[in-house]
Amino acid sequence: MSVVPTRERLQGLLPGLDLIRADFPVLSRTMADGHPLVYLDSANTSQKPQVVIDAMVDHLEHHNANVARAMHQLGAESTAGFEGGRDRVAAFIGAPSREEVVFTKNASEAVNLVANTLAWARGPLQVGEGDEVLITEMEHHSNIVPWQLLTQRTGATLRWFGLTEDGQLDLSEIDSLITERTKVVSLTWVSNMLGTINPVAEITRRAHEVGALVLVDAAQAVPQMPVDLSAMDEASRPDFLVFTGHKVTGPTGIGVLWGRRSVLEQLPPFLGGGEMIATVSMERSTYADIPHRFEAGTPPIVESVGLGAALDYLGAIGMDAIRAHEEAITAYALKGLSSVGGLRVLGPTDATLRGGAISFELAGVHPHDVSQVLDSRGIAIRAGHHCAKPAHKRYGVQSSSRMSSYLYTTPDEIDALVEGLEYTKTYFKVG
Amino acid sequence: MTTQDLDTLYQEIILDHYKNPHHAGLRDPFQAEVHHVNPTCGDEVTLRVHVTGTGADAVVADVSYDAEGCSISQAAASVMADLVIGKPVTEALEVQDSFLTLMQGRGTVEPDEDVLEDAIAFAGVAKFPARVKCALLSWMAWKDATSQVVAGSTATPEEI
Repeated sequence: MSVVPTRERLQGLLPGLDLIRADFPVLSRTMADGHPLVYLDSANTSQKPQVVIDAMVDHLEHHNANVARAMHQLGAESTAGFEGGRDRVAAFIGAPSREEVVFTKNASEAVNLVANTLAWARGPLQVGEGDEVLITEMEHHSNIVPWQLLTQRTGATLRWFGLTEDGQLDLSEIDSLITERTKVVSLTWVSNMLGTINPVAEITRRAHEVGALVLVDAAQAVPQMPVDLSAMDEASRPDFLVFTGHKVTGPTGIGVLWGRRSVLEQLPPFLGGGEMIATVSMERSTYADIPHRFEAGTPPIVESVGLGAALDYLGAIGMDAIRAHEEAITAYALKGLSSVGGLRVLGPTDATLRGGAISFELAGVHPHDVSQVLDSRGIAIRAGHHCAKPAHKRYGVQSSSRMSSYLYTTPDEIDALVEGLEYTKTYFKVG
Repeated sequence: MTTQDLDTLYQEIILDHYKNPHHAGLRDPFQAEVHHVNPTCGDEVTLRVHVTGTGADAVVADVSYDAEGCSISQAAASVMADLVIGKPVTEALEVQDSFLTLMQGRGTVEPDEDVLEDAIAFAGVAKFPARVKCALLSWMAWKDATSQVVAGSTATPEEI
């Protein structure tokens, strides 16, 4: 086996990778036929380190109570745990203020919160007839459908950036796409299907020149690269940034909306209920300040505790180091995949320009079947349209297979994938 | 799942139909055309049904389709067309029902080869909940289209 020399050759891998892997209990699982688990579906959801599991169990065992409204000791502890998660999120993304961090159910809800409140807003932020919302053809459905709903309900027009052959945004039309009519620009930072890293700062600057608001879908960006909102200059800092807890080694059930204070303060409430009010009478209510105005009902408390632990964990390893690891593994994977005859990668093939999700087609074998055969060897990938049907259509494919790495992915696992793909071809008698 | 499970799923018959699908392509004449999709994976089928005769004498004269999808869904369309073409509508609907029962049985239903013929190869699929929809896609499309014809419906093709 060439395992050891391979590792030595690869620059940028996280030091102590074996120790990092040992932090994730599920990675030591043995799958069918005694195959070790090869988890290459982290863009779908990441695995969870023991510290996250322990933090959540500890909260439930020792500190559980509802937040803010319970006056007893447990209530105070639970509130501290919940709000501590907010502090960690704010620090992790460099939010100028912790009050700008709103917890939602997931990233989809965060986008829906913005799209709905922009329809309900009165005054300069209101989206209505004659206005345009600009998205891109590489968006996840969660950054397409809310804007379709918004524009259909308000009479505004939905427009989008097309894509180039090599999986980049086609910016050649930018002058005709970002105009005085543009009210909102919403785009992904890192594509969940093509892996493309988009020039969000440049596009944000252009959008701000015409007075448009910018939302960045960072669901794939926050897990794999450093994000520091405070380090961005005002003009190129987006107005909203959304991501989800479960892709950053945290739990499901919690998403994050970061919003610029001056904008959040102008938006009307999204969901009504407990916790989001100042006072309530039978005729009318007044609303709490941000962020609680947007957090109706009992929030995801233990999820916030888990998310905080996850971000502490990633922060201790260092996001620069994690990005370097992803880049090294992605480059190694692109090389390995290119050795498989009949395989076509969809998206950029330069690891420095992309994230760790690599979608591909294997001639003669449907992605479902690829995934099923790989699963029989303990290898977990995703098959389908990855909630990005328009991007698939753009490249003339109905669906694709997708491998996605994370900080715990090893070169050996990429080797197992490549071998598994050769086995898949043999199984289906192609190539 | 093990390699043995894999072989249970991908029977030779299924792989044969996948490589060489029977009755594929869209043909005239037809009285109903439907388009069904599997929202989970994006698999799609456009399917046409031509029925001759009416009432108890109604016969499935032709089924033609354009399907895009995995080996299971493609093979299912091929086997389904083989099975229903030429059969009285009532009998074909019974075959469809029998296949549905097999697929929803989670591997506990013993298939009747006299009724299902090549479709018994899909018995293994029933053990994989994620793939049952693949096997049922074209069968449900056929049932939908046939019901439209039988009901004399002139409804336009729609996505279900």
